[in-house]
Amino acid sequence: MLKKIAISAVAALTLSAGGALAAGGGEQHIEDIAFSYEGPFGKFDQMQLQRGLQVYTEVCSACHGLKYVPIRTLADEGGPQLPEDQVRAYAAEMSIYDADLDDDRPRTPADKFPESGLETAPDLSLMAKARAGFHGPEGTGINQLVRGMGGSEYIYSILTGYTGKEKEQAGTTFYENTAFPGGWISMAPPLAGEDVEYADGHSTSLHHEAEDVSAFLMWAAEPKMMDRQHAGFVAVLFLTILSVLLYLTNKRLWAPVKRAAKEAAKEA
Amino acid sequence: MSGIPHDHYEPKTGFEKWVHTRLPIVGLVYDTLMIPTPKNLNWWWIWGIVLAFCLALMIATGIVMVMHYTPHVDYAFASVEHIMRDVNGGHMIRYIHMNGASLFFVAVYIHIFRGLFYGSYKAPREITWIIGMLIYLMMMGTAFMGYVLPWGQMSFWGATVITGLFGAIPFVGEPIQTWLLGGPAVDNATLNRFFSLHYLLPFVIAGLVIVHIWAFHHTGNNNPTGVEVRRGSKEEAEKDTLPFWPYFVIKDLFALALVLLVFFAIVGFMPNYLGHPDNYIEANPLATPAHIVPEWYFLPFYAILRAFDSEVWVVMFAGWITGGIIDAKFFGVLAMFGAIAVMALAPWLDTSRVRSGQNRPMFKWWYRLLILDFIVLMWAGAMPAEPPYSTISLIGATYWFAYFLVVLPLLGVIEKPTEAPATIEDDFKAKVAKSAKAAK
Repeated sequence: MLKKIAISAVAALTLSAGGALAAGGGEQHIEDIAFSYEGPFGKFDQMQLQRGLQVYTEVCSACHGLKYVPIRTLADEGGPQLPEDQVRAYAAEMSIYDADLDDDRPRTPADKFPESGLETAPDLSLMAKARAGFHGPEGTGINQLVRGMGGSEYIYSILTGYTGKEKEQAGTTFYENTAFPGGWISMAPPLAGEDVEYADGHSTSLHHEAEDVSAFLMWAAEPKMMDRQHAGFVAVLFLTILSVLLYLTNKRLWAPVKRAAKEAAKEA
Repeated sequence: MSGIPHDHYEPKTGFEKWVHTRLPIVGLVYDTLMIPTPKNLNWWWIWGIVLAFCLALMIATGIVMVMHYTPHVDYAFASVEHIMRDVNGGHMIRYIHMNGASLFFVAVYIHIFRGLFYGSYKAPREITWIIGMLIYLMMMGTAFMGYVLPWGQMSFWGATVITGLFGAIPFVGEPIQTWLLGGPAVDNATLNRFFSLHYLLPFVIAGLVIVHIWAFHHTGNNNPTGVEVRRGSKEEAEKDTLPFWPYFVIKDLFALALVLLVFFAIVGFMPNYLGHPDNYIEANPLATPAHIVPEWYFLPFYAILRAFDSEVWVVMFAGWITGGIIDAKFFGVLAMFGAIAVMALAPWLDTSRVRSGQNRPMFKWWYRLLILDFIVLMWAGAMPAEPPYSTISLIGATYWFAYFLVVLPLLGVIEKPTEAPATIEDDFKAKVAKSAKAAK
């Protein structure tokens, strides 16, 4: 019976992620990528985030926005960590309507990234958390325990999942994509490889560009991931020590009680 | 406060006497902390402390978040992102609050199922049980309304589906639903009242928790054997019990530290595991998610709600006999609330005079099946409402009701219980001797 309850507790934890069911039919193919930030000791790769920012700026931002991401956070430690003057220059390249001036002005680091320019293009601020790559087995979500939620993997798989097939439906062109629920997506293939030129000489194959921008979007969705993992690590360490101390305290506290009971049992 | 004889607080210094004659608060705290507790409590008795801790944790983190949250449909989602990105430590506070709800429900389910096995609901602890069920109901209400506040897609559509249940009540359903929502659909008025109630209810729960503790401090704790503490004299009672402080406080704190170890590992390394990704998309009344799934802790009852579709013969029969007043939707709502009601009525449905499941050989198997049933229902609740899941839900829901309405009443009559230890002291001695032997 004790075991049953233990199992029920574990199942409660694992089944819950059944909530993370696939959003539609069709077999989705999600590539499992070993991103640098996965696992308890993972860290964002600063250079990768900078490259991803470049892909975002030169390709994605044509249609998509990042309206919840403050531009100043590009300088934050653990993120792309651009120098302050670069962040200012980057912000100034984008304009924003200012009600006080009743006119457009260049953005400052205190402003946020622009919203999506294209109405049908979803905002990407939280995309890496708003999609789960892995769901199984049987909708239980247990494999997320091993592989992670797979948000950045989902983005990567969308970007690399085009088969080249197209179809017209009610005046809209759909592109076949092996990662998209239902198999047909209205976004034209955004990356083909060699779309940008990296300053650090990193490969600009489709695979690498997709990886970089997926990592960047993970940072955009969860900029405090490193802080959080650090806090989690400290908490776990502290609680381990506290548990050991409390275990020993408890053992010592109960020792005389148990000794008395044992002796009484022997007498009887 | 307690019915078990024990030493009471004696004010010693002049100041203590002065306070005690005016307000015996120190005595109240002393008697509460020193309550004689059965020596033989096992590790399933630690979840009460975990629950008390959860309530405090949720109130503390919640109060901080309210300082930064904006309850308005245009700003709620953005203000949560503000907490996650700009507020100092805000991301941790929110993730603790989010996962704290899950910890709260893990603890409450284990606590409830512990009570169901060891017969903690039986006389004279029926009121403790009923108060507990009220707390559980309020927890569900609070959690549901809290989930609406981030104003994500699941918040909005979950609220739409669940408040829609009230619309299923015949004749008065629609006006009630409109009254609850503050309008024809989930909107700003709904968000505002849910926010207000989400802040209020935890304090009501805190009040009920005090009554819950008061009630079982009066009757004394149940224990794994179900045998009552001897209360002929203080000396006799002391053979069966130890004071709560320090023996059980330290034991419970050790267990709490272990539970929190797992909890903070989840918060630190996989805080979104128990959530739904769709809730990171801002609420959009024009786009229904492909799959609306409640949080995991509602899933067993959600499965029961959906199990009774119009194809099921009881539903057809209910519809026929009431002239169509009870349709499948209303039947489902009745079944869902009924599933909790039968659990609340367990003290009167269980006819066995033996309290603890330890001494009930047949009961043990039915009880294990109930746990399995609960897990299966939880899984089925997360699956689409189509065969085979709907059939599985129906079988699961049927067993849930059968356990309380048929098995518990019948078992008491037909089952031959085994003999329980004569006293708690004997049980404790046997346990210590057994673990000493195991250690060798």
